Amino acid sequence: MTLESVESQIAEWRAYVASAPGINGHDVDELEDHLRHQIAELNGAGLTADEGFLIAVKRLGDVDGLSREFAREHSGRLWKQLLVGGDDEPARRSTGWPETVAFAVAAAAVVQVARLAAEAPDEEPTWLVRNASLFVLPFLAGYFARRRQLDPRRLILAATPFAVAALVVNLYPYGADSATETVVALHLPVALWFAVAYPYMGGTIRSHERRMDFARFTGEWLIYYVLITLGGGVLMGLTAAILEPAGADVEQIAAWVVPSGAAAGVIVAAWLVESKQRVVENMAPVLTMLFTPLFAVMLAGAAVVYAVTGLGGAFDRELLGVFDALLLVVLGLVLYGMSARDPSTSPNSMDAIQLVAVVSALVLDVMVLGAMIARIGDLGFSPNRTAALGLNLVLLVNLAVAAWLSARFLRRRSRLHRLERWQTSYLPVFALWAAAVVVGLPPLFGFG
Amino acid sequence: MRIDKDLVAASATPLVLAILVEDESYGYAILKRVRALSGGELEWTDGMLYPLLHRLRRLGYVTTEWRTPPEGRRRQYYKLTDDGRAALAEQQRQWLAVTRALNDVWPGSGGLLPTLGDA
Repeated sequence: MTLESVESQIAEWRAYVASAPGINGHDVDELEDHLRHQIAELNGAGLTADEGFLIAVKRLGDVDGLSREFAREHSGRLWKQLLVGGDDEPARRSTGWPETVAFAVAAAAVVQVARLAAEAPDEEPTWLVRNASLFVLPFLAGYFARRRQLDPRRLILAATPFAVAALVVNLYPYGADSATETVVALHLPVALWFAVAYPYMGGTIRSHERRMDFARFTGEWLIYYVLITLGGGVLMGLTAAILEPAGADVEQIAAWVVPSGAAAGVIVAAWLVESKQRVVENMAPVLTMLFTPLFAVMLAGAAVVYAVTGLGGAFDRELLGVFDALLLVVLGLVLYGMSARDPSTSPNSMDAIQLVAVVSALVLDVMVLGAMIARIGDLGFSPNRTAALGLNLVLLVNLAVAAWLSARFLRRRSRLHRLERWQTSYLPVFALWAAAVVVGLPPLFGFG
Repeated sequence: MRIDKDLVAASATPLVLAILVEDESYGYAILKRVRALSGGELEWTDGMLYPLLHRLRRLGYVTTEWRTPPEGRRRQYYKLTDDGRAALAEQQRQWLAVTRALNDVWPGSGGLLPTLGDA
């Protein structure tokens, strides 16, 4: 056993100990010093380097127990590590807070420039709404491009969708009160979110594992963003309550703070997911566990009610939007629940509940589709109906196969892996559909 | 003879404090001293010493300083404070009371730790 191999064993041991919660860099230094002393002494007593290492590690105690003891003594650390590296420790370089701030500030600044360029805060010109996601999401993509250190070729590939979107969205000659414009404004953020996936995955978009990571990232990002939004709401409410009596123009303040905050929050939430995964990893599965059964009950109830009463009477454009939102939420819950699930465990009651949710969503989707086709038969295609029909078809295929695979999984005829593969393989379909709407729908309907 | 786990845990703090009264020291040296003092009968899991030392620091019994000896790696030295000395004195009183009581109910054992009798 050579000295180098002991060095590499020590390095491995060090990395393993450092990853344990409650143990910070200084503790690892201290423990390593101890380990080296012990090895040196054992070597002096005639043991080989390898034997010395084994005995010294054993004497230090198992890492789980150590981690527990350190965490008990430094319980604050588990929390403090949220924002700083540890007590008296300089913030770790890998957290990349400065570059996060830079990208967040840039996004906020661009949003403000756009707002001032629109010059009428009360009645936003439609180009502002249409472009909103283009002001923010490129910065998110840039943030990931930097973090993942993309090479120039991949940088160009990452930038291409944003450039194309900017051209398409702004060069199309939309008419006044254009319906296609509204549809594009709704689909562009989705398309661009998938464009963020490319730099997020560091260009390895074919990897199913990385796609699952992106699904996970999306769910956790959403949770953080909602939390940030809630905090921002409290801040704005209190600001208004405090400054209004003093005669300050609260609306003016809000016009500056709210859009900047909303834009910067997108980047900050991504940073939180990136660097603080361990915290949310505990929260997101709990939320999924909590809401999947509730949504399953609600969906099953709705499916039964509409199956009895029929959809025809209640069906209008608004309800359609609600249905689509509901189906997307279900899909999100299923996808997230899957990404947070331990793939090695056998089918359990949660999987059964998920199947209930998926089947109910499927029934609802079929009814919505039926009603929509009837409506298109009566009134013909419109931009809204076309976009909605497409989305529902895309969802139908996904839900149908997901239901079939998850039923097989429950009966142990299939592995969970198949179900995951189906969902990760299907993600590009959503992206392509959203992109197709943004690029293809307006010319199809003459930009009306 | 193997000393009971609870007894090891209870004696850890006074032992470490007493070792630090002699001179400031660092983790590995403290542990070696513990082994030497107990003739190897006090079995510690080495790593557990550090959470204990950090607790003493939090309580203000020791101060710490990172130093790099001329030949060797950077390591953290622990030094007893006045609070630490007071805590050690208090511990000594308590242990003395315990050993006296045991001494009294164990007659004929030749006197448990006779040297402690006059302390």
